[in-house]
Amino acid sequence: MAEVPATADVVVIGAGIVGNSLVHHLTRLGWKNVVQIDKGPLPNPGGSTGHASNFIFTVDHSREITDITLDSVAQYKEMGVFTESGGFEIARTEERMEELRRRMSSAKAWGIEAELVSPAFVKEKVPFIEEDQFIGAFWTPGVGVVDSLRAGTIMRERGLETGELTVVPTVEVVGLDTEEGPHGRRRITRVRTTGGDIEAKVVVIAAGVWSPKLGDMAGISIPLTPAVHQMISVGPCPQLAEKEGEISFPIVRDMDTFCYERQHGADMEVGSYAHRAILHEPEDIPSIEQAKLSPTEMPFTEDDFDPQLEQAYELMPELLGAEGAEIRYAINGLLSLTCDGNPILGESEVAGLWTASAVWIKEGPGVGRAVAEWMTHGHSEIDLHHSDIARFHPHQKRREHTRLRTTESFIKTYGIVHPAEQYESDRDQRLSPMHDSQAKLGAVFFETAGWERPFWYESNADLLEVYGDAVMPREHEWDARWWSPIINAEHLRMRESGAVIDLSAFCIFDITGPGALDTVQRTCVAQCDVAVGKVIYTPVLDAKGGFRSDLTVMRLGDDHFRVVTGGAHGMADRAWFAGQLPDDEATTLTDLTDDVSTIGIWGPRAREVVAGLTSDDVSDAGFGFLTCREIDLGGTTVLASRISYVGELGWELYVPMGSAAQVWETLLEAGAPHGVRPAGIGVYGTTGRIEKGYRAYGAELDGERSIVEAGMQRPKVKAADFVGKEAYLAQREASPQAVLCTLTVDDHTSASGTKRYMLGGEPILTRDGGILTDGHGHHPYVTSAGSAPSLGKHVLLAYLPPEEAVIGNELAVSYMEELYPVTVGSIDATPLLDSTNERLR
Amino acid sequence: MTNPLICIKRVVDASSEVVLTEDAQGVDGRYAGFTTSAHEECAVEIGVQVASATGGTASVVTLGDADAVEQLRSALAVGCTAATHVVADPQTFGPADVARELAAVVRDHEQAGTPHDLVLLGNDAADSGDFQVGIRLAYELGWPVVNGVSKVSVADGEVTASGDGPDGHETYRLPLPAVVTVLEGGVEPRYPTVPGRMKAKKVEIEERTPVSDPAGPSRVRLVLPPPSPSSVQVLGEGAAAAPAVVDLLEELGVLAR
Repeated sequence: MAEVPATADVVVIGAGIVGNSLVHHLTRLGWKNVVQIDKGPLPNPGGSTGHASNFIFTVDHSREITDITLDSVAQYKEMGVFTESGGFEIARTEERMEELRRRMSSAKAWGIEAELVSPAFVKEKVPFIEEDQFIGAFWTPGVGVVDSLRAGTIMRERGLETGELTVVPTVEVVGLDTEEGPHGRRRITRVRTTGGDIEAKVVVIAAGVWSPKLGDMAGISIPLTPAVHQMISVGPCPQLAEKEGEISFPIVRDMDTFCYERQHGADMEVGSYAHRAILHEPEDIPSIEQAKLSPTEMPFTEDDFDPQLEQAYELMPELLGAEGAEIRYAINGLLSLTCDGNPILGESEVAGLWTASAVWIKEGPGVGRAVAEWMTHGHSEIDLHHSDIARFHPHQKRREHTRLRTTESFIKTYGIVHPAEQYESDRDQRLSPMHDSQAKLGAVFFETAGWERPFWYESNADLLEVYGDAVMPREHEWDARWWSPIINAEHLRMRESGAVIDLSAFCIFDITGPGALDTVQRTCVAQCDVAVGKVIYTPVLDAKGGFRSDLTVMRLGDDHFRVVTGGAHGMADRAWFAGQLPDDEATTLTDLTDDVSTIGIWGPRAREVVAGLTSDDVSDAGFGFLTCREIDLGGTTVLASRISYVGELGWELYVPMGSAAQVWETLLEAGAPHGVRPAGIGVYGTTGRIEKGYRAYGAELDGERSIVEAGMQRPKVKAADFVGKEAYLAQREASPQAVLCTLTVDDHTSASGTKRYMLGGEPILTRDGGILTDGHGHHPYVTSAGSAPSLGKHVLLAYLPPEEAVIGNELAVSYMEELYPVTVGSIDATPLLDSTNERLR
Repeated sequence: MTNPLICIKRVVDASSEVVLTEDAQGVDGRYAGFTTSAHEECAVEIGVQVASATGGTASVVTLGDADAVEQLRSALAVGCTAATHVVADPQTFGPADVARELAAVVRDHEQAGTPHDLVLLGNDAADSGDFQVGIRLAYELGWPVVNGVSKVSVADGEVTASGDGPDGHETYRLPLPAVVTVLEGGVEPRYPTVPGRMKAKKVEIEERTPVSDPAGPSRVRLVLPPPSPSSVQVLGEGAAAAPAVVDLLEELGVLAR
């Protein structure tokens, strides 16, 4: 029996592509006494890496995934295990062609060579394909295959060469011990294995499909599910056998049948994402002894695959039907899926216990590098916030949630997924107190962090006639999907008289105690040592000066601050603040999200409405902008904060959950005579903010963006120290490499005469279609897009190269492979609407 | 023209650790999957070859639960053209019961005008291993039978069957109709082709119910033997270990120098 060292500075559990990459990058970054363990033998311990099809398509609609993939490709190439084959994604339908055009947008935005090609072009490179089965294809010449096992061995060996790595295969983890740390947060102390115990303060779970089981040992949820991906291998095919090497023909992804065909020597591998979602529990994965092939190569279920077999045959009959070509290998291979399709990375709620799970071959080395950087420096070069394990809300940590969502999303692996597409399963997890009332108003609910949020109200449909063409109706189904002109009608009504908006999804937490001021000062860029009753809007940075968040803080007492942030990223923000707390137990963080509902009321008549419900002085003199205090509102005490994300006079009202429904009704009733209506998140999150050029974390702001490039710098920097200060000061001295600009679309008419409206993610080019590159080597793309009904324009936000950031500069946006003229309207945070902020007063 | 009928049984793939079902009445196949035994795969291959050589048709039959269709389709995918499914719980049917059901299939097919003149079985079932069905079936039908052969050919109304016996290589000649049970090793079973698999999917399978209830003693439960002790001996590392590996392969009889 193998034995493990008694202590380690860091233990990496897993020797698949992720664990191997981690030990390489950790030792490279100077970690000492690194121990890597796996329950299987080397080089293939039996996880998903061992049976992966090992091909890499580089273009994804997600920038984060694309960047990790590109970094992985670079690492595979450096190791000499990458073979470029090129790859086609073929379209059998016009709807798919449109998706491929959208893919071209992503390719251009991320700077990846690609083009749309004809079936004849495909036929030339893949002579055994039937041209009449499809109408076009997306060609990415940089697609290729890797030897992921060899890569793993190389990276492990590089770790071993440093003398700081010990690798112990064939030991199984039987326990992860933790102890109580400050603020009740547990920390990892020990890894117990069949080969002995390892004392360690840092442990990484990189155990792929087994990760949830290991998480359970430490009492944390790693919400992924093992899921089946079916694959068969057909050969020997004479057309392939006559070529040397592993791959000579481009890989074909048959997007509409959710299949791929990938040459592997003399065989053609046909893989499928078309079958029903076949999910397993991590506990039900066989042991190495019980498994016929390996634990993650489950018995093939033929019935599930038969329809795909026919489609593959239709596409390549001469090859798959060749004399002597037999189905030599067929598996239900297990891989990891998550509720939102992103990996699970970062430090868990148990201090020192990290995860690097739900990662595919195309992301492995990139994830290894990024997580190792994160563990070493506290941040990574590539922004990973979509993959942060801290993102999960409690309802998302349930296995049931993962099971239901992945069942729904599996079939969308090659699907055409609209950027605003909503899940159907496991909804109604978090309902605001006003939910019933909203449903009666015909609210169309979208989900954010489990909350059901009205995006618009069908009850406001009467406003469409009132505002006519000013609601900017959209002709094209794709542009109008998951959208309604009622959003724009609600917007116009808000600007005209007012709107009441349910913001219950806000994540709210209080920081109290003797170290409260110090905690928020250290966390936030803005000056937080302000008078009680002040409201602060502030960026939150990481040590390299990238955005962790932007949020508001209210000072409610000398030792009492309330943080209000968006629901989607709220859990990560909470974890970030918690990490800044001093170890003294007197300073605490208390989550109030489930206790406090937020209702916004904004618009020119907002003050009249509120004044009619309270005896408090809500005049500008009596209740200034960026201040907060408790007021009595129709008999309920609410905390009112005069702030706005929509550019109008008004308040966010923080109401005890139990009273929120009543306050909501009171506001609607009191507002009605003034023309005030309920409005949805379509106004709050898009139209209202985009007219004001307000930035959104996750769109304009992330770890790769700086305050300076986002145009959010203030004249002074506070004297107090804060995370990222040094980097921020340096950024202020340097010239920005990119500048966040607001652009308007000058003409929406497509070649076919249909007016088209961009949805975000599209590349910005010169007026005649030339490529733009900023100082980082990145290409500008639309970070947010939306109607600006009060301007009568469709507005886009994008980071432009500094020399292009000139008001009036005429550029173009590429949408579905057509160019539309755009003009730069603002080169900093100056809003296009009400640039002097008169409306806020 | 010879029309072989091949009898197969859905069994758990036994190439990994055996796991029992919770009620200990059978072997749990959820990890290893289901298959037919290697003997039966060779019987199918022989049947398909004989049919092809004589211009006949190869048929396949099984007695099993609904899931056994998967094994019938696998046989259809490699060249059988008709399949019969006696739908029954195989755990409750002993060898005599199965032989009786198979004999009924043979007789009924003859009456229906699609007779079989050669019945091929695996030498023994991979799970129950009782070596009985072939002989009992021949007795039921009153046909000659030869057991444990690995090569079979048909010419001029006569079967030539050969294999390794205790005293050397044995060759038998039997008149048709006959029953033959096959040991693996004489032929290389083919994998299905893509068109073969697609064709198999479209074949309509004849479904039957058993002609009589199972008789005789029933199973109490299965018991796993204690795990056999295993020890690992490291032969060496790197290229230096090669001679030791060669010696071991010779010792195992898989390598001739």
